[in-house]
Amino acid sequence: MSAPHDDGQGPDGSPIGLRHLLSTEHLRRDQADALLATAANMEQALTGRAVRKLPTLRGRTVVTLFYENSTRTRVSFEVAGKWMSADTINVSASGSSVGKGESLRDTAATLAAAGADAIVVRHPASGAPHRIAGWLDEVGHSHTDGHVAVVNAGDGTHEHPTQALLDAATLRRRLGPDLDGRRVAIVGDVLHSRVARSNAHLLATLGAEVTLVSPPTLLPPGVEAWPVSITHDLDAHLATGPDAVMMLRVQAERMHGAFFPSAREYAVRFGLSQRRADTLPDHTVVLHPGPAVRGMEIASSVADSDRAAIAEQVTAGVHVRMAVLYHLLAGEDVA
Amino acid sequence: MPTRRRGGPEPGGATNAEGERELLSSADLARTVARIAHEILEKTADSGARVVLLGLPTRGVHLANRLAERIRAIGGAGDGGSTTVDVGTLDPTLYRDDLRRQPTRPLAETDIPAAGIDDVTVVLVDDVLMSGRTVRAALDALRDHGRPRAVQLAVLVDRGHRELPIRADYVGKNVPTNRGEDVAVSLVESDGHDGVTLR
Repeated sequence: MSAPHDDGQGPDGSPIGLRHLLSTEHLRRDQADALLATAANMEQALTGRAVRKLPTLRGRTVVTLFYENSTRTRVSFEVAGKWMSADTINVSASGSSVGKGESLRDTAATLAAAGADAIVVRHPASGAPHRIAGWLDEVGHSHTDGHVAVVNAGDGTHEHPTQALLDAATLRRRLGPDLDGRRVAIVGDVLHSRVARSNAHLLATLGAEVTLVSPPTLLPPGVEAWPVSITHDLDAHLATGPDAVMMLRVQAERMHGAFFPSAREYAVRFGLSQRRADTLPDHTVVLHPGPAVRGMEIASSVADSDRAAIAEQVTAGVHVRMAVLYHLLAGEDVA
Repeated sequence: MPTRRRGGPEPGGATNAEGERELLSSADLARTVARIAHEILEKTADSGARVVLLGLPTRGVHLANRLAERIRAIGGAGDGGSTTVDVGTLDPTLYRDDLRRQPTRPLAETDIPAAGIDDVTVVLVDDVLMSGRTVRAALDALRDHGRPRAVQLAVLVDRGHRELPIRADYVGKNVPTNRGEDVAVSLVESDGHDGVTLR
């Protein structure tokens, strides 16, 4: 901030002080608002252009480190980085030294030493990105020329903050920029869902009223402390006319016990059928984080209807991740 | 908060108790905008020209809107009436060369007219011209949006201290300043009143 700079003013706003993005639970309202505003500006900056390339992160390196499968999240981060001219490098657990038994800590340290400015981590263990961020902050700058930012791209059943941000961005596009007092239902397998936890915290921070609709067996311990209300009756809740209904994927790969009697019974009690969708007010938005299991948690006809915002969510995902990388990487290093 | 450009100690002149010197009153500012509008019209009047005024946030946007209004009022009524004016917003932040030197800047709105900027005359509009770095960033941003026939620059105040080979085509007022001084532009749209002061 030393040199006098022409046109140094922006619209009033201060740096939001984000060093890593690990959860939405600890994201402040001003930080969330700033990220969403930046995402909207990113979209405007790219609208109608022949060249979707910004020079903003030239010379910065973003590594995606994925220990779990993913299509949309990984592609979305990669596209976001590339559209801002960052060098993006993908590392997956298969095909890296992880297969040779390298520890998470060593892998992270290697990536930092190799010059990563940001590491985007997806890991099956809840808390893995927090550990990496802690280790890298501790190591300090001995091997790198600055702070290495860590972004949580989904950790176990804990959080998936950029998914929640893109859901909020989609809701703001559909319902208007102010989510204060908007009523959002999150329906399905909350127990295994990092999307549900991230959304519950973020949407509450943004002023929305969140209701979890779930069978009792699919609620996580400690859910009483979330800023939400809870019900087990989907039809009764839909009758109250929520502004948005977010369907969660049934995570068969994480279910090692009998959480409900049968897929058929789940679909009947907690699936968003066409009949149920028809009872909703016209303005109600249907979200699904994908990949959707059609016929299970959501009927095909509902997923393809105009009220479903599933494709918009993916598009918003790129802009939101551009905003996250911008706030973490574009400015001077925060101490 | 009015726009500030930093500079050095006071050069003297009619100074009020707070050490501020008025450069343009509200009436001066209105006359200046009217004059620039006439100049733009004069310089771009050739056959069927389309002119796109792109304001640089924040106050350049307000100035661009005022200029467009004036140009329509003057040109639209005239017999020739050959100049059509569109107005938009261009935030050059993502193209700045000093992003890494300061805390993350918030972005501002970008709104390019739907008809695009290919083969039109673009006039970039800003309140104060100093180093020229914002304008350079805006020129780079423009290149990614299309290929205008020509690009011109209109500023309310040119205060010198250029760091790049950039000059304005339309200048409201040239003000020699020291680096430590602030040129504060206030506009009704963002500050509640019109005027330019040096402090």
